Amino acid sequence: MTRRGLLLRRLRLAFGGGPALVSLVILTLVLLMAVFAPLLATADPTAIAPADRLSGLTIEHPLGTDAYGRDVYSRVLHGARVSLLVGAGAALVSVAVGLVIGVFAGYFRALDSVIMRTMDGIMAIPSILLAIALISLTGASLLTVLVAITIPEIPRVVRLVRSVILNVRSEAYVEAAITLGSPVRRILLRHMVPNTVAPLIVQGTFVFASAILTEATLSFLGAGLPTEIPSWGNIMSEGRSYFQLFPGLVLWPGLALALTLLSVNVLGDVLRDTLDPKMEKRT
Amino acid sequence: MIDDAGTYGSPVIRVRDLTVGLTHGDQKNVVENVSFEVGPGETLCVVGESGSGKSVTAFSIMGLLQKNALEPTSGEVFLGDENLLQARPERMRQLRSARMSMVFQEPMTALNPVEKVGKQIEEVLLLHSKMGAAARRQRTLEMLDTVHLPDPQRIYDSFPHQLSGGQRQRVVICIALILEPDLLIADEPTTALDVTTQQQILTLIREMQERQNTAVLFITHDMGVVADIADRVVVMRDGNVVEVADKETILRSPSHDYTRMLISSVPSLVPEPRQPLHTETVLSVAGLNKTFQKKRFLRSASEIQAVADLNLTLRQKEILGVVGQSGSGKSTVARCIVGLEEPTSGDITICGDRLQGARSAERRQMRRHIQMVFQDPYRSLNPRVKVGRSMVEGSTNFGTPHDAAMGRAEELMELVGLSTAALDRYPHQFSGGQRQRICIARALMLEPAVLVADEAVSALDVSVQEQVLELLDEIRERTGVGILFITHDLRVAARICDSIFVMNQGRIVEHGPAEHVLGRPEEEYTQKLFEAAPGRHWDFRNFCPV
Repeated sequence: MTRRGLLLRRLRLAFGGGPALVSLVILTLVLLMAVFAPLLATADPTAIAPADRLSGLTIEHPLGTDAYGRDVYSRVLHGARVSLLVGAGAALVSVAVGLVIGVFAGYFRALDSVIMRTMDGIMAIPSILLAIALISLTGASLLTVLVAITIPEIPRVVRLVRSVILNVRSEAYVEAAITLGSPVRRILLRHMVPNTVAPLIVQGTFVFASAILTEATLSFLGAGLPTEIPSWGNIMSEGRSYFQLFPGLVLWPGLALALTLLSVNVLGDVLRDTLDPKMEKRT
Repeated sequence: MIDDAGTYGSPVIRVRDLTVGLTHGDQKNVVENVSFEVGPGETLCVVGESGSGKSVTAFSIMGLLQKNALEPTSGEVFLGDENLLQARPERMRQLRSARMSMVFQEPMTALNPVEKVGKQIEEVLLLHSKMGAAARRQRTLEMLDTVHLPDPQRIYDSFPHQLSGGQRQRVVICIALILEPDLLIADEPTTALDVTTQQQILTLIREMQERQNTAVLFITHDMGVVADIADRVVVMRDGNVVEVADKETILRSPSHDYTRMLISSVPSLVPEPRQPLHTETVLSVAGLNKTFQKKRFLRSASEIQAVADLNLTLRQKEILGVVGQSGSGKSTVARCIVGLEEPTSGDITICGDRLQGARSAERRQMRRHIQMVFQDPYRSLNPRVKVGRSMVEGSTNFGTPHDAAMGRAEELMELVGLSTAALDRYPHQFSGGQRQRICIARALMLEPAVLVADEAVSALDVSVQEQVLELLDEIRERTGVGILFITHDLRVAARICDSIFVMNQGRIVEHGPAEHVLGRPEEEYTQKLFEAAPGRHWDFRNFCPV
């Protein structure tokens, strides 16, 4: 069987049932919610209706309304858009930037210590503080939040990529390519970078989860997205004062957040087990 | 019955029709109907090539088969009068190390790296005896002395990484034999060691065996070792026993073709006389030095001189062997020559062009005339890339159009004895020997003047090894390439090399035509290496003693 065939078989085995399948289903649902939010929503998530405030569960508002009379169900749907956008954005950008920097650090020994000490420095900045600082400088927006969340994730990816590259450097097939006179570009792209794909997919899922969580935390603290954009974090934040009377204002977005995070993390674990080269030897 | 223990008294271990299968899937059995017995004080060697099932047999006896992967499906294994296949796990735990124990190939991984070796030896006594702490320590020190480790007190307080490979293996033997078990299983215990160390360890095992009257089941792929230590021999192939007989019978008149092939594949230690070559010089190395800096925290860096003032010249069609033990610097020489390491000083001249002082673009052009074949055929081909693409990589690097390169790749595939269909497959679809052929073909793609083979046949089984050596011999005849052949194995060097350089601690100790260096070694070091070569009293090709 080819290498790819083997991998497909193992993936099919891993997702054949159990927690992995459940998480995949949940994530697909969340994704559908986010994509079709305008169609599925029963109301404009930002339309204020003071007459209808804190309505409780009604036919018109299946999950009730908040203190401004906005429909909670529609707000949670739209919140999914923000969460997935932030998660995917942070994962993609940090993986892409981290990959490039990590390859440079791992392959060019002269750059290594400069790059890695810089990364150590970035790692020392807490993402929440960075976000608060950025927002006070530039004002709250989706882009600011995304940048603030992505930057502290980059060093982790760099470390990962660098360690993979350092390991592969001493592989005989890389040395063979050097003796065959292959240019650096080809050695990197053909022989080294493909080895980073599997660990990066796994790392990407973890960045995805932690970005969603950080965004929610920031928005909850009021340091995140402006309140016009509904996000699970700021829905919870606004519902906080009414928690004893209307716990749904916090619980529904909270539930969405928790389920999404759990699913992403389970998925990451399963992918790690499946893509890990050490597991390959056992099958 | 051939497997009668004869003079050795009632057998310690009796294996009857042992069959081991895969737990999942109904594929072929890994071991099938294996029977043998070992008497007290006897050494039974199990020989076979990789995949013959020799290690699985040993692990079945010890009850150490990987759970949920392999399991014995039928047969009996009697230790004394107890059937081990039916014993409970607790009972097996009691028996292991008390009545049977095992020594593994890699002594570093067999020891716990974060615990002092003294404690690791004592642990056996702690678990299996009622000795007090002082008595345990006393016994451990005695045992360290018995296996001839210098300064037992110091060794007792050492961590594994502070000991040499040979010392570690002595410690492992200590652990295995401290309870004086009836049976010792040694699974390739000297394969990872240098020849001189190997000889010492083999002597030690023999000595301990005589002292404790142990039955030894010795697993090896090396016929030389068999010739040195075996009383009787089991030859295995594909999970089956091919032949069981005493050593003399096996080595002199094997009854099975496979055994005959296996024995006659072992190259002779005495090189055949070869005509001196008067061809052009393709590679010359003058005054090559390589020092490695070892940086240490808060201390001045220490220097290790890996290669010191090395000179050599390689002619067209010549096979020049560089032999030496691990750490002698022979691989560093190869790596400096192919450009994987930058020499500290010295001149390398390839086909008349001096490498030092050339600009990097010129160097790259010069380097194409010098190609390398690596030791491990499983790692020297990128597993993600089809063989054809790996083959043409070098040529396309130097501007050959892809199609033309593919045409040449097809020719070379035929030259190394593979079909052109191989180009469209992935490396994992080939055996080790086939992969090494592919690597040789890949190295030839750039029509090099020099081929550097760094332990290129060391990872291969003897029969495959012989084929690859023949291939190299044929290639140099047909293409005129000069081969720099790095090896630790004197037999391989004797089989193929025209001239031999012996290295020790970065220096050339002795050099000259192969028949001189190996036939009449002058330097003490070369003699020592030669003396340590296992089975040197036996001429395997002709089935008789030397």
